[in-house]
Amino acid sequence: MATTADAFQAHADDHAHDHADHKPSFFARWFMSTNHKDIGTLYLIFAIMAGIVGGAISGIMRMELAEPGIQYLTWWAEFMGGSADFDTALHMWNVFITAHGLIMVFFMVMPAMIGGFGNWFVPLMIGAPDMAFPRMNNVSFWLTVAGFVSLIFSLFVPGGTGPGAGTGWTFYAPLSSTGSQGPAVDFAIFSLHLAGAGSILGATNFITTIFNMRAPGMTLHKMPLFVWSVLVTAFLLLLALPVLAAAITMLLTDRNFGTTFFDPAGGGDPVLYQHLFWFFGHPEVYIMILPGFGMVSQIIATFSRKPVFGYLGMAYAMVAIGVVGFVVWAHHMYTVGLDVNTKMYFTAATMVIAVPTGVKIFSWIATMWGGSIEFKSPLVWALGFIFLFTVGGVTGVYLANGGIDDVVHDTYFVVAHFHYVLSMGAVFSIFAGFYYWFPKMSGRMHSELLAHLHFWGFFIGVNVIFFPQHFLGLQGMPRRYPDYTPAYQYWNEISSLGYHIMAASMLLFFANLIYAYTVGKKAPANPWGEGATTLEWTLSSPPPFHQFETLPVIEDHHDYHDHRQGDQRETTV
Amino acid sequence: MSSIQSFAAHRGTFRIFAALLAALVLTFGWQAASAQSTLESGDLVAPAPAITPPAALEQVDPAAAADVADSDAVAAGADAYTPMAPVEGKGMPVDGLIDLQDQFSDNGRTAYGLHVGLVWMMAIISVFVLGLLLYVVVRFNRKANPVPSKTTHNTLIEVVWTVVPVLILVAIAIPSIGLLAKQYEVPGEDAITIKATGYQWYWGYTYPDNGEFEIISNMLDEDEAVARGEPSQLAVDNRMVVPAGVPIRLQVTGADVIHSFAIPSLWFKLDAVPGRLNERLLEIEEPGVYYGQCSELCGARHAFMPIAIEALPMDQWRAWVRAQGGTFPEDEAAAATDASLAPLQAPESAVPGAPGAGAPPIEDTSPTT
Repeated sequence: MATTADAFQAHADDHAHDHADHKPSFFARWFMSTNHKDIGTLYLIFAIMAGIVGGAISGIMRMELAEPGIQYLTWWAEFMGGSADFDTALHMWNVFITAHGLIMVFFMVMPAMIGGFGNWFVPLMIGAPDMAFPRMNNVSFWLTVAGFVSLIFSLFVPGGTGPGAGTGWTFYAPLSSTGSQGPAVDFAIFSLHLAGAGSILGATNFITTIFNMRAPGMTLHKMPLFVWSVLVTAFLLLLALPVLAAAITMLLTDRNFGTTFFDPAGGGDPVLYQHLFWFFGHPEVYIMILPGFGMVSQIIATFSRKPVFGYLGMAYAMVAIGVVGFVVWAHHMYTVGLDVNTKMYFTAATMVIAVPTGVKIFSWIATMWGGSIEFKSPLVWALGFIFLFTVGGVTGVYLANGGIDDVVHDTYFVVAHFHYVLSMGAVFSIFAGFYYWFPKMSGRMHSELLAHLHFWGFFIGVNVIFFPQHFLGLQGMPRRYPDYTPAYQYWNEISSLGYHIMAASMLLFFANLIYAYTVGKKAPANPWGEGATTLEWTLSSPPPFHQFETLPVIEDHHDYHDHRQGDQRETTV
Repeated sequence: MSSIQSFAAHRGTFRIFAALLAALVLTFGWQAASAQSTLESGDLVAPAPAITPPAALEQVDPAAAADVADSDAVAAGADAYTPMAPVEGKGMPVDGLIDLQDQFSDNGRTAYGLHVGLVWMMAIISVFVLGLLLYVVVRFNRKANPVPSKTTHNTLIEVVWTVVPVLILVAIAIPSIGLLAKQYEVPGEDAITIKATGYQWYWGYTYPDNGEFEIISNMLDEDEAVARGEPSQLAVDNRMVVPAGVPIRLQVTGADVIHSFAIPSLWFKLDAVPGRLNERLLEIEEPGVYYGQCSELCGARHAFMPIAIEALPMDQWRAWVRAQGGTFPEDEAAAATDASLAPLQAPESAVPGAPGAGAPPIEDTSPTT
């Protein structure tokens, strides 16, 4: 179990004692933190809590959809402080889909991937002592928390036909302007302002850190792919979020100050809002998946004991996905009344994204090809990711066709598609990353058995939930429906059944956390063996409170992506 | 050393199978438990809350009321229009199926062909990737291949897996672009214009070529739908009645928020955007009832404003138009009696807008504000 970079290990140990580990008092440490690892931990805890809320909401939705008719919404309407009439019950449905979407996108996936793993491991992987702007890092986190509080607050204030914002996470005008009276939508919009500001600050922090704080010798082309993925993601955030901020600010002024940006009665255009929203919204879906690409690359290479295949191709495929991701937005709007040339362009442009994505899929497989694969839990999750993301990817190519999209647009087929790339793509990569880095972050080993059980339960569960939704969509069931004609019952029942499997597997995840912190073995600096070559494995588990006070030097021959060169590798096995 | 490795590999394999087995047990255990709980909850909740027809409660819409009364009166008359009984499985979803609804328009059939090709493409690529993964898992696990290779580059294979997907995508794009061009064919001069307006939460169908009468279409509640032999959540009180076999210029707009006019069995979906008049050619091949649902989130009763199109042979459709008090362009010269019923001659259809492009904002459509 020797590590591959013994030289760094030595100096890390030196610093693990004395002044490097002086931690502030509890309040100062966790509420005024300027430490990237503590902030990363806060983000992860926050993402887990938001994930519980967002996941519970999807449970309510799957219960309601298990059979035709309205079964539970009336009760929820009363519980949330509304009246028990039929419209309020239906309004609750829209509130749930809105909250589920916003929570999962802005308060679960993004904080976990970028805030959590990004904060923890970008500085460690590039050999930096911390982020470039530690105090701004703290501001980013607490803005995100404030955004979440604003969103939760919106659930309990009037939003038109009932309490809460029922506009969908897309906030389409005029439903979100003249169509929803009351402060709920304002609070939900403000929640995005706060979370968005937090993300923009975080993005500038990552870009600055990665460009300026790499250890000597760590050139851009030697950076681990996870760092590349966060770099590309940060640029997407920086360019996309201000457009969202502008759109929702115009929405706020339409709602409150008499402007008519999106109101045809005053010369505005509801479709303008959709263009602005999706100019942000499409890069956003890559923001949610690119860090996952990075994590999966690290994990596949580690457990195959083989460097990433086609490193440069992998890095620049992510750059290409990021760039092309900015010019395909209107494929979310195929039925809005685009002219034929526009629709043809967006059809062609959208399909182009399949090429760099295919390069990544095949490169991951090629990385494993000829490797010596050990089926530890992170790798199993990464394998699940590759397959399920492929399924979500090919349905994406299907949906890219403007002429085909007409029949499945806004149906459950689309719901199935984006849950395959997010609920399975992004979330599988998050769990892969979590099991990969949990020993490093906590200093404790989780149970591999529980992690494998978690994987199989979750894998089967989410497939049972979402695969039948393709069929529902093809048969024409529109999305965002709390009730449906009996002809959609069969697959809905099965889909709801899958939720129970998925939820049960999540209990194993939490059981595993308890296991790790109670009886889990102490984690060594590198629990994954010689395949784990990036700098974080040269530090103790958990790393010292301050690391790399003496910067590590990356020697020319030390290429993280071709780490089999040295003869000493064989002797350490 | 190698014995340690093989033990580790064994343990890994054992873990995978143990986990898989446990997951399967979990699956079926939960299936049984959940079936039980479904029954229980069914007993507890008993009757689903009745859906009150929105029109009766809120819409103080004289046009709607008059229209309902009108059609009732006609139904009692001699050449009565009776709503066509839907054919099971035609123009509506069927439980448990895994493919698209059967198509009843030329566009739909053409697109269905491409759909089938794409489904095969998706299946083959997914199975191919799964096959590669399984091969790698079997062939290159630590036990089977203890010493990893050092390969990190292979220009040929990288070029291949870039170029082959490009070729596949080009092969998809060519028919796809052709399909789009076909879908955007401009309706001819003689096409019959019908305008669908989305309201919160019902549809209005105006016939600008026929005296501009408006049919207000509300969802039927479950009992009534079942009594009429129609699927609940899809059946409406007044259908959008159209002629079969002739081109229809279907215009779609929204009165309050964005709705979307969607009929899966006709491959038709067009958003009803306030301030915009979207237009698309629709040609239904044969008479029948075709159901659809609003497909853009529009507020509380988004799921409760279905669409039902009834396509009739031309002569029956003309009779229906007459029964609604509608007129035909050829009436103009002769019929002095009908003049009072047709004050305006098809204002919207005269707008020479490009299909799908935004026409000038319209203000005359919303009966409620």
